[in-house]
Amino acid sequence: MKQTVSISVNGVPGTRDVEPRLLLVHYLRETLGLTGTGVGCDTSQCGACTVLLDGRAVKSCTVLAAQADGAEVTTIEGLARDGQLHPLQQAFWDNHGLQCGFCTPGMILTACDLLKRSPQPSEAEIRYGIEGNLCRCTGYQNIVAAIQDAAARMK
Amino acid sequence: MASRVFGSGIKRREDPRLVTGQARYTDDFTLPGMAHLAVVRSPYAHARIKRIDASRARSLPGVVAVFTGQEMKDAGFGGIPCAWVVPNSDTKTPPYPPIAIETVRYVGNAVAIVVAEDRYLARDAADAVLVDYEPLPVAVDPRKAAEKGAPQLHADVPGNLCFHWKVSGGDVEAAFRSAEVVVKDTIRQQRLIPNAMEPRAALAQWNGAMGELTLWVTSQNPHIARFLLSLDTGTPEHKIRVIAPEVGGGFGSKIPHYPEDSMVVFASKATNRPVKWTETRSENYKCTIHGRDHVQEVELAARKDGTILGLRAKVWAGMGAYLSTASTGIPTILHGLMLSGVYDIPAIHEDVFGVFTNTTPVDAYRGAGRPEATFMIERLVDLLARELQVDPAELRRKNLIPPFTDGHTVATGLVYDTGNYEAALDKALQMADYERLRKEQQEARAKGRHLGIGLCTYAEICGLGPSQVAGAVGFGGGLWESAIVRFHPSGKVHVMVGVSPHGQGEETTFAQIVASELGVPVDDVVVLHGDTSQTPMGWGTYGSRTTAVGSGALMGAIGKIKEKAKLVTAHLLEAAAEDIEYADGKFYVKGSKDRFKTIQDVALMANVAWNYPKGLEPGLEASAFFDPPNFVYPFGAHVAVVEVDAETGEIALKRYVAVDDCGRVINPMIVEGQIHGGIAQGVGQALWEGAVYDDDGQLLTGTMMDYALPKALAFPRFELGMTETPTTVNPLGVKGIGETGTIASTPAVYNAVLDALAPLGVARVDMPLTPERVWRAIRAAKRS
Repeated sequence: MKQTVSISVNGVPGTRDVEPRLLLVHYLRETLGLTGTGVGCDTSQCGACTVLLDGRAVKSCTVLAAQADGAEVTTIEGLARDGQLHPLQQAFWDNHGLQCGFCTPGMILTACDLLKRSPQPSEAEIRYGIEGNLCRCTGYQNIVAAIQDAAARMK
Repeated sequence: MASRVFGSGIKRREDPRLVTGQARYTDDFTLPGMAHLAVVRSPYAHARIKRIDASRARSLPGVVAVFTGQEMKDAGFGGIPCAWVVPNSDTKTPPYPPIAIETVRYVGNAVAIVVAEDRYLARDAADAVLVDYEPLPVAVDPRKAAEKGAPQLHADVPGNLCFHWKVSGGDVEAAFRSAEVVVKDTIRQQRLIPNAMEPRAALAQWNGAMGELTLWVTSQNPHIARFLLSLDTGTPEHKIRVIAPEVGGGFGSKIPHYPEDSMVVFASKATNRPVKWTETRSENYKCTIHGRDHVQEVELAARKDGTILGLRAKVWAGMGAYLSTASTGIPTILHGLMLSGVYDIPAIHEDVFGVFTNTTPVDAYRGAGRPEATFMIERLVDLLARELQVDPAELRRKNLIPPFTDGHTVATGLVYDTGNYEAALDKALQMADYERLRKEQQEARAKGRHLGIGLCTYAEICGLGPSQVAGAVGFGGGLWESAIVRFHPSGKVHVMVGVSPHGQGEETTFAQIVASELGVPVDDVVVLHGDTSQTPMGWGTYGSRTTAVGSGALMGAIGKIKEKAKLVTAHLLEAAAEDIEYADGKFYVKGSKDRFKTIQDVALMANVAWNYPKGLEPGLEASAFFDPPNFVYPFGAHVAVVEVDAETGEIALKRYVAVDDCGRVINPMIVEGQIHGGIAQGVGQALWEGAVYDDDGQLLTGTMMDYALPKALAFPRFELGMTETPTTVNPLGVKGIGETGTIASTPAVYNAVLDALAPLGVARVDMPLTPERVWRAIRAAKRS
């Protein structure tokens, strides 16, 4: 039995019939073809699938598409505006805050939420704030630097 | 050479697609008519398959087909080949069917595969396949599995002994006879799970009309994948195209040819549809290779003045249930030959027993053999320092190989390229302010705080490697590299390479090399890799070889471009070819700096060929291959500072200083990034990570909930320094830097913790140094 959901993704409203068990991340990746959000685990540890759901960072592998009915979702594809990178995207690039890039979309969206709640976080606050996102390449040092840099730019 | 681009930390050209979600990883591809594959996996570590009943699964909606191992075998799919069989070791290579037939040998071993219309239906159907098993006894620990009476995995491998390999140099018996002091340890190099953030995936498209196969796969080495796939699937190499698109990290775990790669090919052929398989993380933990898994008994002989005389070791290396692609080379060639580290050790002997166990196959994981060697010697040097009550930095200094620029032969027979180990040690001690640290430690101890300082001085073997050596040590392929440099009429450049970076940034560093050498703007160069139909044959990205070997090929092609450009310039300027000189993107007539053609002028004329030297081929394109004369041996010295809470066993990593020497640096920003990530993984091994099996062979650390991966809040800001000792092995003098951090940081942190615990009487704790283990060790020491 399918269920009808209306979800606005990156400002584009859409209504689809989905299986009740469909995960939001698969709705984004497979129903809508927005593959920028990756799946890195199946226990909600890695954070690769992080998106903004009504402005808050959530792990989209732990949200059903049906639960997002009526919500606004922002994915990595919706972050740049008018051809301009978001300050976090720019800062990750400028500070070498990524290597293989697989954790990067989730990391950036988590940082988006973090900077909204705490616009000028300390280094410790950043390290604590991204503890739900795993990166195997960078040792986090340049991710932390990128978030600090973005915070300064967004002042 | 113009130095502005070479050596500068320019931003990576890979990043815009990665920070915007425009990159395409394997699982991001969808083809018309594509079906999804799910794997039925064994819940038992060792069992006989009595019956497989797929009738219910076949009847479920959306199910296309269910296949067993026998069907795959009948369709002509052979076993998974082992591509490294080390000579003089009596290596056994038992059959490794992609889907188990009759017997399963580890938890996660494939039993059947299901093809369905979407990934949810495929999973449902896989769960509906009923399998009857008859459980068999299980062997998990490599040393116990080698004992008499242990359960046997393979009928033709008595005692589970996959191989017995030895390395010997000097008279080790005499060294121990004449020793004034001997220190010993039993080291558990625990099993690790690589955890590339992108799980594996494979998408096969069989074109029956043409007999052609395309495979998108998460691979570090698409050309090897094509070669092995041709052996395993029966499709000839020229009819196979392997594409490694964006690959989300590998750390060795995406080197092997995996059963699932063959499964999607088989399923695509059998169903005549494109078929995709994407690993879940839980599958990744069970079915993607693990690393390390050594039990090491090791002893070091020395004189009372601290002079090291000899090293002797016995190692039981767990191979897992089957031999993965490069598995047997890791605990032998890449481990045993490096036991000397940076020290002048006249006599070395090691026996390595490769042992089959009912566990996930073990293969190369970042460092691959060298961490297991470096930890061994670095731990023993610390134990010797403690025994002799001398400073571990000074004991190291006393035994270091003196600086050399023209090769140094160690007892195991390797010839290190270049080294200046004391300079790296001095710099690390100075950056850490070592003397003050020792004072602080004394003060802290007086106040009942447990501060520890740990050192590691290391050298490692990478830039794999001369192909003749590869052949001599049983590696089933070459280890040279290739590059094509192609100038378009407008002077823009494509570079095609055989290596296959997946996060290391060579799209940027290789463009920097071309820009520096040929004077084109760096943005005018695009580097292509990862697609066997677009790129020349090459052996891939692992063993910190991509820049060290790949740049040699690139420099060869650049040299040929320069030579040809001189001929074209000479013709256009009516000068003799031998009078043309190159500098900063311009080809001059010797002595008259105003008579020149730019590389762009030459590219245009070579491409249109209107006014052109007689007998010269048109076009400006060159291809080159590079086989290095030796490996490269980067080195360095790391210092870790920790504080242990003796009440709880918790460890805080307070500082981490790393001085590394990778020869000449093309892009310092990228080099530092490699070191950061490497350190994090090595610290992970020391403090948190470890794959744990119970006695039944169940993987207790089967998800990211149970296996402790490093998080951001666990680390201080790493303090990095460099020394620069170019290699003579390749044209640019560059050494590999991808694995040094992982190799050095595990012993540095371990030594720091044991230094902190020394006053409490704790001499050893198995890794990972979890609070519980540390707390128990402190309690046990107090009681005794």
